[in-house]
Amino acid sequence: MTSATPPTGTGALAKREARLAWTLLAPTIISVSLVVILPLLAIFWISFKPFTLSDLRPPAPVVRESLRGSGDDLRIEYRLRNSSQDIAIDGVTVRDVLPDGVMPLGDIAAPCALTGQELFCDFGTLEGGQRERIRVPVAVDGDPDAFEDLVEGSEPTVTGSGPSVLTNFEFSLENFARVFDGDEFWGVLWVTLFYTVFGTIGALVMGLFAALLLNKSFKGQGFIRGLYLFPYVAPVIAVAFTWVTLFDPFSGSANALLVQMGLSSEPINFFGERPLALIMVTVFEIWRYFPLSFLFILARMQSIDSSMYEAADMDGASPFQKFWLLSIPQLLGILSVLFLLRFIWTFNKFDDIFLLTGGNAGTRTLTVNVYEQAFAVSNIGAGAAVAVVILLCLITFSLVFFKFISREEGL
Amino acid sequence: MRQGYFTGPILGALWLVVIATTIAVTMSFATGAAFRPQVLLSVIWGALAGLAYVRFPARHASARLGVSALLGLTCLTSFGPVLIGSDTTLQAVLVTVVAIAAVMHLSMAEILKELPFGELTRHEYEDAVIRFCTGFGYIFFTAIVVIPFYVMVMTSLKSQQALLQNPLDFSLDLDQGWALFRSYTELFRDFNFGSYLWTSFYVSVLTVFITLAFSIPGAYAVARFRFKGQKAFSRSILLIYMVPMIVLALPIYIAFSLTGLRNSILGIVMIYPVTTIPVALYMLQGYFRGLPTEVEEAGLMDGLSRLAVIWKITLPLSLPALASVSLYVFMIAWNEFLLAFMLLDDPSKFTLTRGVTMLNSSEIPRQHLMAGAVIATIPIMALFLGLERFMTKGLTAGSVKG
Repeated sequence: MTSATPPTGTGALAKREARLAWTLLAPTIISVSLVVILPLLAIFWISFKPFTLSDLRPPAPVVRESLRGSGDDLRIEYRLRNSSQDIAIDGVTVRDVLPDGVMPLGDIAAPCALTGQELFCDFGTLEGGQRERIRVPVAVDGDPDAFEDLVEGSEPTVTGSGPSVLTNFEFSLENFARVFDGDEFWGVLWVTLFYTVFGTIGALVMGLFAALLLNKSFKGQGFIRGLYLFPYVAPVIAVAFTWVTLFDPFSGSANALLVQMGLSSEPINFFGERPLALIMVTVFEIWRYFPLSFLFILARMQSIDSSMYEAADMDGASPFQKFWLLSIPQLLGILSVLFLLRFIWTFNKFDDIFLLTGGNAGTRTLTVNVYEQAFAVSNIGAGAAVAVVILLCLITFSLVFFKFISREEGL
Repeated sequence: MRQGYFTGPILGALWLVVIATTIAVTMSFATGAAFRPQVLLSVIWGALAGLAYVRFPARHASARLGVSALLGLTCLTSFGPVLIGSDTTLQAVLVTVVAIAAVMHLSMAEILKELPFGELTRHEYEDAVIRFCTGFGYIFFTAIVVIPFYVMVMTSLKSQQALLQNPLDFSLDLDQGWALFRSYTELFRDFNFGSYLWTSFYVSVLTVFITLAFSIPGAYAVARFRFKGQKAFSRSILLIYMVPMIVLALPIYIAFSLTGLRNSILGIVMIYPVTTIPVALYMLQGYFRGLPTEVEEAGLMDGLSRLAVIWKITLPLSLPALASVSLYVFMIAWNEFLLAFMLLDDPSKFTLTRGVTMLNSSEIPRQHLMAGAVIATIPIMALFLGLERFMTKGLTAGSVKG
């Protein structure tokens, strides 16, 4: 009697399934890697390069064509220049076809040659700031003015490209030196940590409080829950500008209220003074994201088995005891997951601070610093270097995160 | 510590401070007149009221009511919990007095429900503290959520002079009729907001459709098929959540500048879905996992192909999830600010968020900025309130990008 052996290896069916799976995933993988993976690699590449905003327009030859003079002196002029003042361009050529009815007369200067109606010039290398002029004496049959449009309408083709900073293989650590230079970096790091830690903890505590309030059913519970989600759902520009208006030192209602209540003798510049601005952006972060923690904690609370509370009631546990000894241990899982997620997202937050203070008055976090370096100082390379620092921090966080979340969520 | 004559006055004192501040702030915002809570006097009055409410149980309602009425009436003098400015209208004064008396009576009766005068059990004590915290919580959260939105709407209806004169005065002059909305008409007439609204709308809708088209097959594959790398894949979806947008925006800005996609709606429509596909995929695969496989297997047995099963069985079954995901993606696209800000410079192609940012300058009056904020908020709020159930579910399911 032969015993049946289970088939080994991958069967045809499983193979087909895997193939279909990858086909279905392909569009996502391709698009995501184009917009996420590729830029991430690009960031590392750029961070080692002296790349500024002006390098976005690489040096290129610029040519302008015009019909000049009159009578015997009639000529077509090409003016060629290097758009950059200090970078040379290689392989510069100009090619143009003279329109019908325009007859070239005589010879033209060295790098150019005429074959029939076709003009071709080879300039080789064009130094930074160099200008060239090509004169082609011509005669036209008819009115020169009518030919002007015809001549100027035909665009000459120009080739030649300067060295692009992006694609060459010269690297330098200059950007990192600039980023880590001085006390500024440590200031930025400290602000980021303050903002992240207190923003995260504050939003969690407020969320827990709000969830405790709404963890019972009463009339209007749905309405209040919806209301408490407003700060999170509204567009960030709307709420950020509202806060700026509300706390404006001259026309802000909050200041008027404080002065009127006698809490402050003169208006306070909430988003303009040094320690206060950082506290205010952290408070804004807490205000805007407590709804999120609240929603998650409430969802978890409502799934806690009520028989546990009934048993506790039978044993005579007091409300505080039930909270500390039953609810908190039950919520610990979601609280730690939320903490890690919010920690990373707050660390990544850019819009809020940028809109509230623009990173001024001691509120410049790492993410705002990316923008500052890249666009305000117009040094994209330095911005990329800051971005690399952010990514390194995030990789550390993610390692911690996955260690925890795989335990909590069983991923 | 756990004595009725001790707990009662303490809770009463704290509660009157809360109530006095709340009413003073509310009245200030409503009328623009001067209302000032007096903390020390509130503590004294509140302690007395607390003592009275503990001393007289609920059956002596008239004694309790008398104490509260007295509290309200003290506001007419300068020794009350709320100090009312001299130039306040009679109605506002009356409303304050009645509000203090009524709110204080009702809430104190609720907080100090059956608290005995003498020794308290642990339960009685903690229940009273919890009732106090609950009351405080509702007032606190409602205030912090409502005040900014109230200020936003009201500021958009005021004129610049009125605002600078008294920033607290939000009372509306209803006689001017439609002129009340002049900021809005000016935004639509002079600042092209109609076109921004339309751009934002169709960009968001396109984003939703493209996102769904990409993420439904992907989510199905992750949820249903076994293949090598499935686990790694669902993990890396989560990882993408954690890359900050500003880091990606920098190379995208460079690439778009070099290819000429910057300043074009096409570029925006290409980029937005990619930021939402991972979220949508994660939410949908969670939902697909929860669907019974038997129905799909039955379909397969009857000779449908996999794709037909997805189209004819899975998708109709997951319509609620699709609604949640669509709403959520719509919200992200509508609220998106950073990419629109960096990639769009041409005012004829602005999305709404980019258009509102443009209004934030010292030359443009504040009420225009606030009117822009209201225009950006109202559609998303209307969607949210109308479909709150879907939205809440979507927010929780996706563990949500912040």
